[in-house]
Amino acid sequence: MSEQNTPAAAAPEPPAWRQVFAKIVNGSTLTSILSVVLALIIGAILIAAADSDVQEKASWFFYQPGDLFGAIWDTVAGAYSALFQGAVFNIDRSYTVQDFFAPLWDSIATSTPLIFAGLGLGMGFRAGLFNIGAQGQIILGGTLCGFLGYALHLPPGIHMALCVLGAFVGGAFWGFIPGILRAQTGANEVIVTIMLNSTAIYLLGWLLTQPSFKQTGSINPISPPVDETARFPAFFGTPINLGFLLALAAAFGVWWLMERSTLGFSIRAVGANPEAARTAGMSVPAATVWVMTLAGGLAGLAATSQLMSRVSDQLTTDVASTFGFDAITVALLGRSKPAGIVAAGLLFGGLRAGGYTMQAFTSTPIDVILVLQSVIVLFIAAPPLVRAIFRLPDPERRRKVKEVAA
Amino acid sequence: MSAQTIELPAMDSKALAPINWKFPIIYGILAVISLVGFGLSVGGDVWSGISVNTGFSRIQFAVPSQVTALVCTVIEIGLGIWAWQLTAARKKTPVGLPLGFGFCFVVAFLVRAVAGSEQSLQVTGLLQGTLFLSVPLIFGAMAGCVCEHVGVINVAIEGQLLAGAFLAAVVGSLTLNPWLGLLAAPVAGALVGALLALFAVRYWVDHIIVGVVLNVLVTGFTSYLFSTVLSEHKDVFAVPTVLPTLPIPGLSLIPVLGPVLFNQNVLVYIMYAAVVVLQIMLYRSRWGLRMRACGEHPKAADTVGIKVNATRVRNTILGGAIAGLGGAFFTVANGLAFGKEMSAGRGYIALAAMILGGWSPRGAVAAALLFGFADNLQNALSVVGVGIPSQFMLMAPYLITIFAVAGFVGKVRPPAQEGQPYKG
Repeated sequence: MSEQNTPAAAAPEPPAWRQVFAKIVNGSTLTSILSVVLALIIGAILIAAADSDVQEKASWFFYQPGDLFGAIWDTVAGAYSALFQGAVFNIDRSYTVQDFFAPLWDSIATSTPLIFAGLGLGMGFRAGLFNIGAQGQIILGGTLCGFLGYALHLPPGIHMALCVLGAFVGGAFWGFIPGILRAQTGANEVIVTIMLNSTAIYLLGWLLTQPSFKQTGSINPISPPVDETARFPAFFGTPINLGFLLALAAAFGVWWLMERSTLGFSIRAVGANPEAARTAGMSVPAATVWVMTLAGGLAGLAATSQLMSRVSDQLTTDVASTFGFDAITVALLGRSKPAGIVAAGLLFGGLRAGGYTMQAFTSTPIDVILVLQSVIVLFIAAPPLVRAIFRLPDPERRRKVKEVAA
Repeated sequence: MSAQTIELPAMDSKALAPINWKFPIIYGILAVISLVGFGLSVGGDVWSGISVNTGFSRIQFAVPSQVTALVCTVIEIGLGIWAWQLTAARKKTPVGLPLGFGFCFVVAFLVRAVAGSEQSLQVTGLLQGTLFLSVPLIFGAMAGCVCEHVGVINVAIEGQLLAGAFLAAVVGSLTLNPWLGLLAAPVAGALVGALLALFAVRYWVDHIIVGVVLNVLVTGFTSYLFSTVLSEHKDVFAVPTVLPTLPIPGLSLIPVLGPVLFNQNVLVYIMYAAVVVLQIMLYRSRWGLRMRACGEHPKAADTVGIKVNATRVRNTILGGAIAGLGGAFFTVANGLAFGKEMSAGRGYIALAAMILGGWSPRGAVAAALLFGFADNLQNALSVVGVGIPSQFMLMAPYLITIFAVAGFVGKVRPPAQEGQPYKG
């Protein structure tokens, strides 16, 4: 962080947190799985502790301890089974094949904006930029996308493409601001993006009171619905639409950009060691501006799934929901790699979709999902802690011992 | 961590750094806004009503809008020219100059804002509201100062405020005693601080990542308990309790300032003490010196026998406790029961205030008051009925921060080794 505030400061060695960061990014799959397990255990404790049935049975624990364990099991199993059935397969309440798979399609549809925004944030992390502005970038992307969607009346394919482009441009503009400020003045991108998040909410809030944005006849600040021609075609009556394929394509595009292109190489070099990158003749400011702009554009695309589907097609100040913040955990869990982000996005999309089912059918509110998500990321970021809990050997120490032996 | 190489400036006295014209230019732009936007945009026969509560009585008077705004603008222009001359002569501008400029600008703005309105501008109410809304920001910014000077970036202020608000409300409700709630608030904040220290200092996780994730964790945890236990047993856990207002005898009778500063609850008085103590202790005590050594050059600190990581852990927990205490503002200080996400992003604003204030308690307080003022302004002006959309008023503090961070804070240096683990 400190070297980001003073770009001119000499840094002879890559800062330690970058090394740690690299370790997180390169960490093993095992710690990821164990982190999810630990999070589920902590979630189970919370679910059980807050349940009134469990509390009641705990009061006569010393007379009949079995009752308590039975109640805990019922509560936790009920909540997690509802979570699973809301996220993957609907086992209990399905009468057709379509019903059975419906939760899975919901999860995939929910994961689409998370993947988009997560890809953008992940790019920033790999350049050593901590962009927490996805929320604002989604809002700006949504503003432009929604406006183009209802204000223009164009033939189907063109209208849809234009809206997607609008979402990208809106987000890219909101990402460009912290990028250029960082490159030109050294302004801390964390602060600028936080401030732009709030600014975006108020900007959209104001726009939605204006006649060109507000739906005529509505009292609430809500825009007219986006035209049919601008909506993504859905697949076979499922909530999944072209947006998800676009997200997968974006993931591939980011992979290509970061791993195969010159720009991606310089972005990664700047992230790994800005001093070395500059010495090698790369422009650190240019890489910063590019990363932030592209990341903003990707985050802006997240708005398309909020506006261009049959389920939701009107612009409100809640267009970004909490996707921008959830995407931070998605990018961290996915270790900033496109494939990882897609997987993490699907997991968190599933948790989110399943969380609503859990809230509807059991007494466990959806807020517990936030705890699960944050605990997963915390544990994944600290592999030594996970190893200590499960008494796993330290891989580095083993390597050292081997070297000594050889 | 190898030693930092410091490049000494060349000793040639002829080679001077280029003059930084940033401030005079900013003053110029603001003076033009003041002249055109506030002074010339209103007719000559329009009056602005102003109401002041002196503590004994309410004084109402009116000033001619245009003349007042123009007088302020003239003073601004004068100060701008002075700043320009000082800059040209490579002299330091006195601290009072930007303060005086800002004061004139705000007066011109307010007079213009209430010009021709039936309602008058409630000066005392405006100041009271400003201080009131600044309380969590100031506590949060103090927490940020403590943590950052010891080398730990505290983005978890938001979570610490929320945890403090939660525990204060729950303990206050359980014991029906707001004072116990106030005591519980720092405990909750310290717990979040301890988690931050565990992951940031012990496990070297990037501080910003831990901070952001802890905010989500606390939000999820408190919201979960709110929707389950708190909602099911409202009569036990969600009884609002309120800290009494304690006017300080004598001081609270000072005209204008008395009711604003000295007719508050105990949390505000603790805040005054915390700010003064921190400002002195941070720069003038052994504790402060050791702490800053850990943030600036941990290797050197270690060499002279300071336990760097232990110092970091202790002070991160202390910082968490300070922010947690600030969280009590949302519940027991306001007489409210806990609500979901009731800190509403104030922790992030506090972080921004700390950075805007250049990592010093004094500066952070000034920045926090500025945010509190802007936050309160839209309440005050919506009563008067001003043509400016409320969204733009709400946006103002954020935009000011962006300009400030891009404009002048670039030069203010954060603690050199903040956010970097010390591996001894």
